[in-house]
Amino acid sequence: MAERQERGMNERIQRLRRQSTETQPHIDMERAVLETEAYQMYEGKVSVPELRALTLKHIFSHKTLYIGDGELIVGEKGASPQAAPTFPELCCHTLEDMHNMNDRKVVNFTVTEADLKTQEETVIPYWTGRSMRERILGSMTGEWKEAYAAGIFTEFMEQRGPGHTVGSVKLYEKGYLDYQEDIKAALAALDYQTDPEALNRRDQLNAMSIACDAIMILGKRYADLAREMAAECTDEKRKAELLQIAANCDVVPAHRPQTYWQAIQTYWFTHLAVTTELNPWDAYSPGHFDQHLGPFYERDVEAGILTRDQALELMECLWVKFYNQPAPPKVGVTLKESGTYTDFANINTGGVTPEGEDGVNDVSYIILDCMDELQLVQPNSNVQISRKNPRRFLKRACEIARKGWGQPAFYNTEAIIQELMNAGKSLEDARKGGCSGCVETGAFGNEAYILQGYFNLPKVFEITLNNGVDPATGKQLGPKTGEAKDFETFDQLWAAYTKQIDHFLDIKVRGSNVIEALYAKYMPVPFLSILTNDCIARGEDYNAGGARYNTSVIQGVGTGTIADSLAAVKYNVYDHKNFSMEELLEALKDDFQGHDRILHLVRDKTPKYGNDDDYADGLMKKVFNYFVDNVSARPNMRGGSYRVDMLPTTCHVYFGEVMGASPNGRLARKPVSEGISPEKGADVNGPTAVIKSCAKMDHLKTGGTLLNQKFTPAVVAGENGLDHMADLVRTYFDMDGHHIQFNVVGRDTLLAAQKNPEEYRDLIVRVAGYSDYFRNLDKALQDEIIERTEQSFAC
Amino acid sequence: MAGPLVLNIQKYAIHDGAGIRTTVFFKGCPLSCLWCHNPESQRYPRELMFHQDRCAGCGECAQACPSGAAMPPDREACRQCGACVDACAHGAREWAGEPWEVRDLVRALEKDRMFYEQSGGGVTLSGGEVLAQDMDYVEALARRLYEDGVSVDIDTCGHVPYERFRRVLPYADTFLYDLKLMDPEAHRKYTGVDNALILENLKRLSGDGGKIDIRLPLIAGVNADEGHIGAVIDFLRREDIRPHRVNLLKYHDTGRGKYPQLGRTYEGAGLAAPSDAWLEQARETFLRNGFTNTEIGG
Repeated sequence: MAERQERGMNERIQRLRRQSTETQPHIDMERAVLETEAYQMYEGKVSVPELRALTLKHIFSHKTLYIGDGELIVGEKGASPQAAPTFPELCCHTLEDMHNMNDRKVVNFTVTEADLKTQEETVIPYWTGRSMRERILGSMTGEWKEAYAAGIFTEFMEQRGPGHTVGSVKLYEKGYLDYQEDIKAALAALDYQTDPEALNRRDQLNAMSIACDAIMILGKRYADLAREMAAECTDEKRKAELLQIAANCDVVPAHRPQTYWQAIQTYWFTHLAVTTELNPWDAYSPGHFDQHLGPFYERDVEAGILTRDQALELMECLWVKFYNQPAPPKVGVTLKESGTYTDFANINTGGVTPEGEDGVNDVSYIILDCMDELQLVQPNSNVQISRKNPRRFLKRACEIARKGWGQPAFYNTEAIIQELMNAGKSLEDARKGGCSGCVETGAFGNEAYILQGYFNLPKVFEITLNNGVDPATGKQLGPKTGEAKDFETFDQLWAAYTKQIDHFLDIKVRGSNVIEALYAKYMPVPFLSILTNDCIARGEDYNAGGARYNTSVIQGVGTGTIADSLAAVKYNVYDHKNFSMEELLEALKDDFQGHDRILHLVRDKTPKYGNDDDYADGLMKKVFNYFVDNVSARPNMRGGSYRVDMLPTTCHVYFGEVMGASPNGRLARKPVSEGISPEKGADVNGPTAVIKSCAKMDHLKTGGTLLNQKFTPAVVAGENGLDHMADLVRTYFDMDGHHIQFNVVGRDTLLAAQKNPEEYRDLIVRVAGYSDYFRNLDKALQDEIIERTEQSFAC
Repeated sequence: MAGPLVLNIQKYAIHDGAGIRTTVFFKGCPLSCLWCHNPESQRYPRELMFHQDRCAGCGECAQACPSGAAMPPDREACRQCGACVDACAHGAREWAGEPWEVRDLVRALEKDRMFYEQSGGGVTLSGGEVLAQDMDYVEALARRLYEDGVSVDIDTCGHVPYERFRRVLPYADTFLYDLKLMDPEAHRKYTGVDNALILENLKRLSGDGGKIDIRLPLIAGVNADEGHIGAVIDFLRREDIRPHRVNLLKYHDTGRGKYPQLGRTYEGAGLAAPSDAWLEQARETFLRNGFTNTEIGG
């Protein structure tokens, strides 16, 4: 073990990283207890926004602080690294949940006997009947619950709060004392004469001011702690560091940062406050961090108080901080089955400046070096690629991506700007925007863009083929749109499918509107509202339409599966009459067992999305356009409107589990296709064909799409390999593609491909002058490639 | 005469010329190299490829075959009607070789135009031997692509009448020109033909201003030796041929699995790749002799 590779630029970072990755995640009850105390003190005596702000203040006044040995950036959400607080106001864990999170095989959270006792005696008694989850599920209709249970859509906000948002340059231009001045001005401007909402605005603004106090208390406590530790520290070097930490915390977060180091520290305090106030989806993100830090870096280097190595070290310290915070565990079935560790904090490096110029600077490369060195899945580190960015930057990002651990992903700056402007943002706000979470486009610092849930497009088709009945349960979930065998044309089938989509979208949107209203009423976020323009000016909360832009997003899932399923039916049943609808339904019912001919026809002899074939790609466009046009027109409850993203996270697995076999040959319970990527094994013409097919979707109508491209290491090897990757990215982005990420496959994938060649037909082999696919090679040759793959991963 | 048959249109070809390319493999070649990794490209007529590993033994092909030649595949008795290919529900049978109209092929090849333009890539016409095909067809194809602004590379073994080079020369970007062996006897032994025409064509092509990438497939015990490298260098210097690039291609036997699919036996089973160290040495020899643009790999 002595030779084990340690990641990190120096001993300090290696130690901090090791500590972070080797510490067992565990539950931290302190937040829940402090929150319960605060509610017991204040509930009913103050307005709801003030109650929320006082709760944050109570937590930050009393929570356990932590400064780890060697740390340069300070602050933890829990009492120490890998401690996960709980949020009973959102969803209150049962004792069974607590056992599940302790025992589950995927990322587990240790729960002690004392934690169980606290949960049982303090938390559960107070929060039962008060949690958002209970309020939400109690407000949903029977049809919503049935569709939800059938896996037609999911709901984001039954376990975590709205959020999905990103910090802007504002964080570095002002301190929280300055925000309090802004709040004071807004309070003074309230119009009690004609504005019926004036009193609510007052409560909201008061709450924001209290939230400012909360974070400043945290900063002061850290300054005091660092000073105390310095007094007792015998190591002169560490003592100086602790004193510098104290000096930093004297400045931030109360005042605007003066140095690069303070700028990172102020971001981190803000991050902790947003994610302690509530448990918002996708945590919080620094957004255009390189552009925000660039001026500090230049100034400090010029002044001789910072070197590039020191700047990198501070960045690596922050990276470990992100990794110290696992995504808080959920409840119920979701808790049992979803082992997501990452909290989806997302950094956009590169892109353009608000004036539209090349946004890459020295800090951009520091961030790339940091992600390359540390290889941590959290934060989610990505690059925005503008046509104005230097090729050196793009190639450096490709160089990291081809190492095969999934980062960075590539976003298209020009597409993001057009998507945002299409959705009504100003040019400057659009340029300041980017992506958070997985691929979701937002106007950083100006927009509340809230994800509402995934929508299972192939499942709705399954229900259509069964006249509104879900074959999994026999329940009539949708309207009776006709027996499939009676449709004489594809158009009749299509009309039935769109009726079913409308029906379930209506249910989904009605539910989401109620849920948004519940959050506005019971769960305002005064702290996040400080950071988001124009909540202060309007005296309104982030969760209640206070942001400049308010968007609700529904995510379409199963693009490849639905496109290929439509193609399979249209091509074989209607165009070529290879088999009848009855025969197909029979085959689906039997999961294609004993229907080899039909399976072969739909799998091998039917046009498929992902091959630059207009037949199948045209059907993808048809279903995408219908979906996007019918979602995007709808208003939400916060003065904004609904939009569409095409991304699945890991939901395509769950959506597949609730489904029988699909007409395209996808077997029952198997995952549906992910993102806008083709169905597994459907694309057999390499990455350019995949990209062409995907680009036929009008990405600019969406708020983000996700494309995964798989490579074997040999295909992207060498300087040429980097150039080819860079060219693929640039070309896809010239076609308005939104996002692409590269999955350079390892040995396990290739072994799986040997076993199930049908699922891995997309694996390509490229040798000079040679023509073939991985699946066509004999076993011994496949073995050789697998062996080579392993070697290239070892270095 | 029917037009040429296309075996495969391979997109994202990244080792057959500059940038991201699409390679068209035509069927039929005047050579029959012992080590050929695309054996389905050697003969001109279409052939049945049978994937034993996918055969479920269901017997549908035998039912469908009018000649009783389907199972086991009897290539003598087969009348090439294709009934067995259509009948197979397991993808165990496929045709190698498909006719394409020039117009359709151009359209298919231009699908990746944006990738070519971004990467400095284009289309590579390969095979088999593209210059051994119907030259009216090949010339029309190359001209159409050229006129549409698509770079066309010609991947050739060189063993065709020079006139055929002339016909594509105005439209070709780079010729990827294989040199297999310098000794005529050895050349005949391993490829079935003498190399005089190949060397002569190379001289003439160079004299006519063709942009040439010399490609050397290198096989241990056949031509991966200093003698061969020296002979190539001597020839290029003597004839004052200045290739744009020299590619040293390490032997691989990735194609051996295709022989049984064609009902044939791979005769090159004993062949081996030269070591990486030797390849590096060979590269340095080229560099030392002034061929500064020499790379290992395509």
